[in-house]
Amino acid sequence: MQVGIVDYGRGNLHSVENAFLAIGANAKLVSTPEELEGLTHLVLPGQGEFGDCAANLKERGLFEPVKNWIAADKPYLGICVGYQLLLESGEESPDAIGLGVLKGSCKRFPNVGLKIPHMGWNQVVPTDPSHPIWNELPENPFFYFVHSYYTDLQEQEDIAAHCDYALNFPTMAIRGKLVATQFHPEKSQHNGLQLLKNFLAL
Amino acid sequence: MLAKRIIPCLDVTDGRVVKGTNFVDLRDAGDPVESAIAYNDQEADELVFLDITASSDERNTMVDVVRRTAEKCFIPLTVGGGIRTVKDVREMLLAGADKVSMNSAAVLNPELVDAGANAYGNQCIVVAIDAKREGNGKWGVYTHGGRKPVGLDVIEWAKEVYNRGAGEILLTSMDADGTKDGYDIELTRTVSEAVGIPVIASGGAGNLQHMVDVLKEGKADAVLAASIFHFGQHTVAEAKAYFAKHDISVRPMRKDA
Repeated sequence: MQVGIVDYGRGNLHSVENAFLAIGANAKLVSTPEELEGLTHLVLPGQGEFGDCAANLKERGLFEPVKNWIAADKPYLGICVGYQLLLESGEESPDAIGLGVLKGSCKRFPNVGLKIPHMGWNQVVPTDPSHPIWNELPENPFFYFVHSYYTDLQEQEDIAAHCDYALNFPTMAIRGKLVATQFHPEKSQHNGLQLLKNFLAL
Repeated sequence: MLAKRIIPCLDVTDGRVVKGTNFVDLRDAGDPVESAIAYNDQEADELVFLDITASSDERNTMVDVVRRTAEKCFIPLTVGGGIRTVKDVREMLLAGADKVSMNSAAVLNPELVDAGANAYGNQCIVVAIDAKREGNGKWGVYTHGGRKPVGLDVIEWAKEVYNRGAGEILLTSMDADGTKDGYDIELTRTVSEAVGIPVIASGGAGNLQHMVDVLKEGKADAVLAASIFHFGQHTVAEAKAYFAKHDISVRPMRKDA
């Protein structure tokens, strides 16, 4: 097994790397299309702005290779902006185009008097608790979130879990071996590390 | 529901925890990495390191502390003290910090807040504000550990850093700090209501009820505390159990989940 964490100049990559190393996985940072050779699992982390992240992915020639990886149903994990980029577009950067793997767009949380960013530990409610991604996890587990935009997924069957903040929003997508989370498993202690283990076992 | 966060804070100087901690089974209570791991094991929700001397030489020591902590602790880590440039922000984030906290540097150069947020996202920019009461419902911004007034109104300053792109405010009452008489509820509520970002209340925690009060009446999103945890008066688990009893949403302990 060889996990590759896409380094496209954004995000706290070492946290993701440290988390995979802590569960005993071989993990390394990759930043060129050539480096995808020989990987069994691909992880796209992400922090910052949607358009900026999309542009950086393109600049490194990784946009199409990542799309092809997902199209081949190879194990893929998107985290935070790495999840949002799977969608077609984002309100944060109206001119930017996402990978378009999942149908929908990223929208800013509506102003209902709650603090934005949605920051801290919140409860995640699985659509199908029997899915192996939830193995050994408590019922409706808590994970660490920090984001101002949410993913408005259009295809119901893509939605793996919801979270409640300002509205009930889709917080996780699963399609075959593609897993994508709005929350940060690498910062979610026991629950997060368990979810990463479950991802590797899919 | 979004849980209220419990955030132990470790004051560090020259790579050592100031005053130390007295956890059971800790080989070296002065080692910030060991203390951080102890809080990680206690299931604190986040951790803060404050480099209280923060000379340029010491930043390298801090970077090493952050790197070693990030290898072992899988909860969010904020680092403050001596962050003066976007390069400093980047250095800490690359070492494994999730957020950086800036205080006097933001006062001296408010554009640092914009620049940091633009480069790395507002989620990782925390502005620390040291507030001292200057009359009825009025607080002034101080730097240098509360010794130096800078001529800014706390509420105006909080709004300004919010508008400049800060993702969170770490608010310390200089009047309450060290007294163990409770947080400044009025200050915390006034700031929390004035901005649209989370506010961490700091200064004055003497018991668990003080924390409940500032979370409920003070409308804080998180509580920062040092001595109440460092010297074994309470564990994070006890705080969570107490909060839950008072209808405050908490992240459950692993064994309770």
